[in-house]
Amino acid sequence: MSSLPMIVRVKQKRIAELISSGMRLDGRGLTDYREVKLEVGLIERAEGSARMRLGKTEVMVGTKIEVGQPFPDVPNEGVLTVNAELVPLASPSFEPGPPDENSIELARIVDRGIRESKAIELEKLCIEPGKKVFVVFIDIYVLNHDGNLIDASAMAALAALLNTKMFNYEVESGEIKVKPGYTPLPIRNFPIAVTFAKINDKLVVDPWLEEEQVMETRLTITMDKDGKICAMQKGGHGYFTLQQVLEAVKIAREKTEELRKLVVKG
Amino acid sequence: MPKRKPEKSIDENDVRIDGRKLNELRPVKIEVGVLGNADGSAYIEQGKNKILAAVYGPKEVHPRHLALPDRALLRCRYHMAPFSVEERKSPAPSRREVELSKVIREALEPSVFVEYYPQTSVDIFIEVLQADGGTRCAGITVASLALADAGIPMRDLVVACAAGKAEGRLLVDLTDLEDKGGEADVPLALMPNLNAITLLQMDGGLTIDEFEKVVNLAIDGCRSLYSIQKETLKSKYIAVKEAVEE
Repeated sequence: MSSLPMIVRVKQKRIAELISSGMRLDGRGLTDYREVKLEVGLIERAEGSARMRLGKTEVMVGTKIEVGQPFPDVPNEGVLTVNAELVPLASPSFEPGPPDENSIELARIVDRGIRESKAIELEKLCIEPGKKVFVVFIDIYVLNHDGNLIDASAMAALAALLNTKMFNYEVESGEIKVKPGYTPLPIRNFPIAVTFAKINDKLVVDPWLEEEQVMETRLTITMDKDGKICAMQKGGHGYFTLQQVLEAVKIAREKTEELRKLVVKG
Repeated sequence: MPKRKPEKSIDENDVRIDGRKLNELRPVKIEVGVLGNADGSAYIEQGKNKILAAVYGPKEVHPRHLALPDRALLRCRYHMAPFSVEERKSPAPSRREVELSKVIREALEPSVFVEYYPQTSVDIFIEVLQADGGTRCAGITVASLALADAGIPMRDLVVACAAGKAEGRLLVDLTDLEDKGGEADVPLALMPNLNAITLLQMDGGLTIDEFEKVVNLAIDGCRSLYSIQKETLKSKYIAVKEAVEE
């Protein structure tokens, strides 16, 4: 990302050198995450919400549920829509305007994790087959960019989904009638994303901003609650060897379990 | 016209609906230097996929402020023709196309010596004329040839191939039908001489063991495509040489 503010070459070199010897500038080990802080239900107007802090990276996710039309190929299923906004208040490198390729990629990686793990029981969100279903909107709002937006957004999205409540309703001659009370959105899987950066031919998890500026390339692995891989995405203009990919998968298995405990309580 | 979906796309002898074995690629036809105006171009047919790629550059960057002081700016546009799929696709770039343009660019960039051409841009255009699954992979394979055809110095050709899982079986080079009905899809791009994976995506569900097998299937697919890719490039120059000698 050439548009990011430059960090001094000396510091870049230091970050890379330290990683070669198994250390990181902020004192973490190569497979350590930054501190995770999660709050849910902060936005009363949203059906569900979560604010995730990963070190200094901060992401807010809100969910909204509306009535809409199903896709013609899956007439009995609700619709999932994920959108990400890299709002200008989050970083000097973000500019106002329509979503650029980075925010589209971010939204699509989070979308794939939730969709492919079948986290939401979409078949329970059908009101009238082929005509009316519930549409779940997940809106990712980046508030402070200090690296690894993907993992923070994926965790925040999952937390927001778990926090989402739907109004009770009845269908009376094709019309939806709202009834008192709420039920939680039906969720059956808990996908967690783990992102690796390759720096000096070594893999580190959860890169912070300055590491992202040094990294050659990036790999995100999303796993579901059974340890199955459900989504993957390589990014950046470098490459991985097969050994590195398989090593990353092994580390991701442990890390996803560790992180899932922080997002899914009880 | 919508076709009726067959119940099974792989029979009990592991033969796929188009007659292929699980580890068999679709028939591939590649041509290099097919367009007049572009600095480099190539065309691929892989099964029913028909894809054109063109490269312009290295040339002056427009708009100028995008120019990089230490290397060439590589840009890529992956685009599908409105008539390339069953239902007309709007010609405006979709979110999928924006993402694919990004990952394709990042798959090709490790192969190009961008540092040789500071302050310039190299623009890659991929037009999918007909799509039948695996267009990003075929797009990478053909775009890499177009780069080579434009005479841009490269570390290796980039070749891409997908593998995945459908009806419980692991298979290579999925068609649209196998991808949509299948359990997982893993597109992968490789620089075969450097053993470097430059594109890796996945969606679906695979255990770690299955994933390792699928990745190896995709790598084997890449290697067989690579020999076709190389021969095609060579044959263009042999043809020129013969023409000169006559």
